[in-house]
Amino acid sequence: MTGHHHGGGSVANAAGLRRFAIVGSPNSGKTTLFNALTGLRAKTGNYPGVTVSRFEGTMRVDHQTVVVEDLPGTYSLDPISPDEQIVVDVLDTAHHAEGAETPDALLVLLDATTLRRSLGLLAQLLQTELPICVVLTFTDDLARRHGRLDTAALSRALGVPVVTVANGQRNALSALRGAMSDVDSWSSPVVPPATGTAEVTAWVQSVLTAADYAVPDVDARTRRVDAVLLHPVLGTAVFALTMFAFFQTIFTVAAPLQGYVEQFFGWLGELVAARVPIGWLSAFLSEAVIGGVGGVLVFLPQIMLLFVLIAFLEGTGYMARAAFLMDRLMAPAGLEGRAFVALLSSVACAIPGIMATRSLPSARDRLATIMGAPLVTCSARLPVYILLIGMLFDSGHRIGPFSAQGLVMFALYLFGALSAMTVAAVFKRLTAGSAPALPFYMEMPPYQIPRLHSVAAAVATAASAFLRKVTSIILATTVVLWVLLNLPARDAAEMTRAGVDTSDDAAVAAFVIDHSYAAAVGRAVQPVFEPLGFDWRINIGILSSLAAREVFVATLGQVAAAQNPDDPRDSLSQMRVESGPDAGRVLFDPPTIAALLVFFIYALQCMSTVAVMRRETGSWRWPVTAFVYMFILAWLMAFLARTVVAAIW
Amino acid sequence: MADLVRGQRARVVGYGDEVATSTARRLFDLGIAPGAEVAMVRRAPLRDPVIFRVADYEIALRNVESRCIHVELVT
Repeated sequence: MTGHHHGGGSVANAAGLRRFAIVGSPNSGKTTLFNALTGLRAKTGNYPGVTVSRFEGTMRVDHQTVVVEDLPGTYSLDPISPDEQIVVDVLDTAHHAEGAETPDALLVLLDATTLRRSLGLLAQLLQTELPICVVLTFTDDLARRHGRLDTAALSRALGVPVVTVANGQRNALSALRGAMSDVDSWSSPVVPPATGTAEVTAWVQSVLTAADYAVPDVDARTRRVDAVLLHPVLGTAVFALTMFAFFQTIFTVAAPLQGYVEQFFGWLGELVAARVPIGWLSAFLSEAVIGGVGGVLVFLPQIMLLFVLIAFLEGTGYMARAAFLMDRLMAPAGLEGRAFVALLSSVACAIPGIMATRSLPSARDRLATIMGAPLVTCSARLPVYILLIGMLFDSGHRIGPFSAQGLVMFALYLFGALSAMTVAAVFKRLTAGSAPALPFYMEMPPYQIPRLHSVAAAVATAASAFLRKVTSIILATTVVLWVLLNLPARDAAEMTRAGVDTSDDAAVAAFVIDHSYAAAVGRAVQPVFEPLGFDWRINIGILSSLAAREVFVATLGQVAAAQNPDDPRDSLSQMRVESGPDAGRVLFDPPTIAALLVFFIYALQCMSTVAVMRRETGSWRWPVTAFVYMFILAWLMAFLARTVVAAIW
Repeated sequence: MADLVRGQRARVVGYGDEVATSTARRLFDLGIAPGAEVAMVRRAPLRDPVIFRVADYEIALRNVESRCIHVELVT
């Protein structure tokens, strides 16, 4: 997983500005440097649109704005994976793919502790004849591990400028900033090194000798930590504990924060309801806008916490260990450890998960992982799960030492993960024979203390992407729904004829919703969902959640608020089935909640995922396949869940 | 290379015939080149993959791959 940025903003069209590209192998500190240079002004490539996700930011150098682009990590310019291909395309001056602007200068990151390997990539980059400035990272690690390197001699041997940044700390960037302000003075080698294997080996050796390079000791700290974390018994136990703690934290720590957000929007809604004199406008603002957006924004603390944890695991180097431990288990599914990391990223959101599959060299592995990734429990399902689980168990309910809510949530995550693996295995089989097998290799970086700044950047991008989603697709859907739920308008005479007490606001609201366009749509799809125990109110929630899952919560919130504005949650749990053979049954009874939870595990209710699948696979075939198989699976599994829970509850 | 036990060091002598050209080039770029010294660091709990130390860093390879890399022991 690239761990860094994902989001929906468009890349700044910065024509005419000087462009720098950061190039380097994975784990060379690229993302850290990128974040340190561009701060939180980074823009990430749009899901649809720009060729491939590109991470760009601007910075001020010497009173001028320049663009910095973070290219995917690569070990070589002989590409074998899609993201390595991107690097080659961007750097190829003769190649003008759509939107691929060739940078004006390269910042080549070399990890000082793995200089021998890193120089091979530099040899290839020198062939591009673009201006190059070498940026040495991890020099503090080199010193700590008793390595030695003469930076000035290295610069002379390479023929290009060399600057040092100690792990991308901001105050360590002045030398780099200085170099970036004066690209024209960058030296270049008289003759770039040849790229044949023997020549490269000889060149690397001569450079290392000239720079008086002494290989650092084995990182004792990493060895000691690995002795525990990769131990057959201890390591497995720590891994399981980490995963469990991961999920428990998301729920226990975020709960009070969510309470505050909820209170704030409750207060805001009341304020608007009290101050806006026009009845329908006041209802629209407090229910559709504040209720809809607020109902989803409640989950911001949880999403941010999730990204903090993922950025932390990534930043320490534990993600690579997790992939190492999981690789053998992924093998029966025909996948590798990195696919596990892509699936784990999907816990945040299927979109970064699907994008993280770019680190998989095999096209077949990618496709299989992409098809499975949307089944992993993403943060958009959280609001729905929390709402539904909250109606199933109250927060004090315990099973053994654990909270019942936490256990159900853990089970949902487990189900999602197992289903994702199964689906990936099936698709891997189905596509057998279409591409050659590629080698598996994975670097194990030394452990590090994650940079606060990198964690903050990852969280900020995630939070802003979520906010954009809330203020665009989610807000639009809730507004449309509000309109559908409240139209056509009914006059008092009609209601009186129907026997509704027009002085009772709740009864009026219930009558309007019951005869709204939305209700008509919800009833029209009733035959499909009736076996699952859903009524038209849930149906309309499900239809609206096809845009984005969180909308389900907002929709039910609107329906409930109309019937009991003071306590929508209570109103939901009191709802009863209005008609049909089950009339009078509590709508959200355990079998129905179980069916809903399971339905949300499997259904592809996310237009952003569909769009990103279309872009990553290059055809509509796969997103359509995913949508159809997931819907069928969702219906069948929900039916099964309903039957089982009804039998045992 | 797949037969190395923990702590053993060896020198890469070449790749098996079954190794594709692109794979060989990638192994070279990763520092697993003929002449390079490798050391076996540890096996995953389920025996596969294995972490090797090569070109001053650590890399995990599956047995399927490491089996195709021929090495001679360094004493």
